[in-house]
Amino acid sequence: MKKIIPIGPYHPLQEEPEFFKLYVEEEKVVDIEIEIGYNHRGIEQISTLKHYDQIPFVVERICGICSTSHPFAYVNAVEDLAGIDVPVRAKYIRSIIGELERLHSHFLWLGLAGHFIGYNTIWMWSWKHRENVCDILEVISGNRQHYAMFKVGGVRRDIPNDLVPQIEKMCDGLLSVIDMFRGAIMDDPVIHARLKGVGVLTKEDAIKYCVVGPTARASGIDIDVRRDDPYAAYGEVEFNVPVLYNGDVFDKAVVRILEMYESIKIIKQCLEKLKKEPEGNIETKIDFIPPGEGIGRHEAPRGEVFHYIRSDGSNRPIRHKIRAPSYMNIASNKVAAVGQTIADAAITLAAVDPCYCCTERATVVDLKTNQEILCWDDLVKLSQQKTEKIRKLYE
Amino acid sequence: MGLIKKSLLKSLWVFHLPLSPCNNCDIEILDALTPRYDLERFGIQLVGSIRHADVLLVTGVPNYKNYTKLKYLYEQAPKPCFVVAIGTCACGRGVFKDSFNSPCDVDKIVPVSAYVPGCPPKPEAIIDGIVKLIKSLKT
Ligand code: SF4
Repeated sequence: MKKIIPIGPYHPLQEEPEFFKLYVEEEKVVDIEIEIGYNHRGIEQISTLKHYDQIPFVVERICGICSTSHPFAYVNAVEDLAGIDVPVRAKYIRSIIGELERLHSHFLWLGLAGHFIGYNTIWMWSWKHRENVCDILEVISGNRQHYAMFKVGGVRRDIPNDLVPQIEKMCDGLLSVIDMFRGAIMDDPVIHARLKGVGVLTKEDAIKYCVVGPTARASGIDIDVRRDDPYAAYGEVEFNVPVLYNGDVFDKAVVRILEMYESIKIIKQCLEKLKKEPEGNIETKIDFIPPGEGIGRHEAPRGEVFHYIRSDGSNRPIRHKIRAPSYMNIASNKVAAVGQTIADAAITLAAVDPCYCCTERATVVDLKTNQEILCWDDLVKLSQQKTEKIRKLYE
Repeated sequence: MGLIKKSLLKSLWVFHLPLSPCNNCDIEILDALTPRYDLERFGIQLVGSIRHADVLLVTGVPNYKNYTKLKYLYEQAPKPCFVVAIGTCACGRGVFKDSFNSPCDVDKIVPVSAYVPGCPPKPEAIIDGIVKLIKSLKT
């Protein structure tokens, strides 16, 4: 008997609220349909009503988790259009904020992934340690999220030099935490059994679906905008791009954990160099934006974001196009989730790191009677029970 | 009503409805439940179905695809059900007021009992809002 499981419909990133319809036969997922549009707020249109200095605040509100990625790509686009050079100190600050955001975003993902497979301790712990990153961001910018740090030509606030030791200390503290999570995930036979070979996205499919970010890097595609097309301070620091080859949920988790080490490495190098720059020189004055078009890219925690700006010489853009990473990544679920069991669906859909808070409602509908059989909570429970079963095998 | 109100003072069960938020308000709501703030020790708990909830936490701006759903959900909730608007978006739509896809404010669709402004409000602010709601129930 074929059943439909609707998952969704809300999803918070602009242009990509998601509504998954899983078609299941007994335990197996046979097809998946993706519907988007529940979260459309018309940001591209609002953006053409604001002037260039206001737009960072608008695009920041596209997504809360990667609330620096969009302003980052946007300022890159406008600076590309107008040929603006940014002071060195501002470049370092930009990279630091970008990496702090990656840290908190990956902690957030790790926690939710832990929750979906029944490791609620991982959830609580990673959210607990995520607070440290939020604290630092609050000290720097005055807000825990939506930092409002970016402006065309520089940054809005300086990171004073006497704040550097505090940030370094937080980074050092996080290293042992990440070590712990790495141990908890890589050395646990239960997690191996639970996540390895689940939701596999092969390299061919990954290329076909144009996935980006950690989702692509877990499938063996070695792309990273920070390294391939350096912007801000990424050209001046050394870091590796972790790439794994199996494309399953396990690799997606490990890639993210390894990336956190790299983020800390980048932050520390930037802080070192930041100390040597004179304080206060954080922005270039801009008189006007010439007509023309520009593109900007940034490697967000979930992959590449892309902004396109066209200007007619006035103080507002006449077109602002945004492409966010989950837009491609979510579509890859079509191959990753098909053929899986329902118990694996939750973690597979979650593995591409869409912003889940909004996918927390799902129901299994029996096509014949149209009755709801499972809700999202049950789905998570199913997933947790499977882990429990595997754990018993190992005892 | 006396008995119901009295029972509501102890442990509020909340249902979280994101309309079209940017996700930050939702994260801060979850944040309030995780170790640092740990609202769960007061019996405040996120529930999976509106039919179990005493409080509806609304985040984000309504849009044409989802604003009817807010009304349905509110109608399904056992009364009394208190609606708390979390974040500037839910309180007054903020920057999205000019959007072509935002029909009206949340409080035009359902009655709102408490507003927690901020973009996003800190978990402390959310807790403060809930405390004020409980206090207003007492009087
Ligand atoms: S109020 Fe701010 S943080 Fe909350 S959903 Fe709206 S834009 Fe996001």
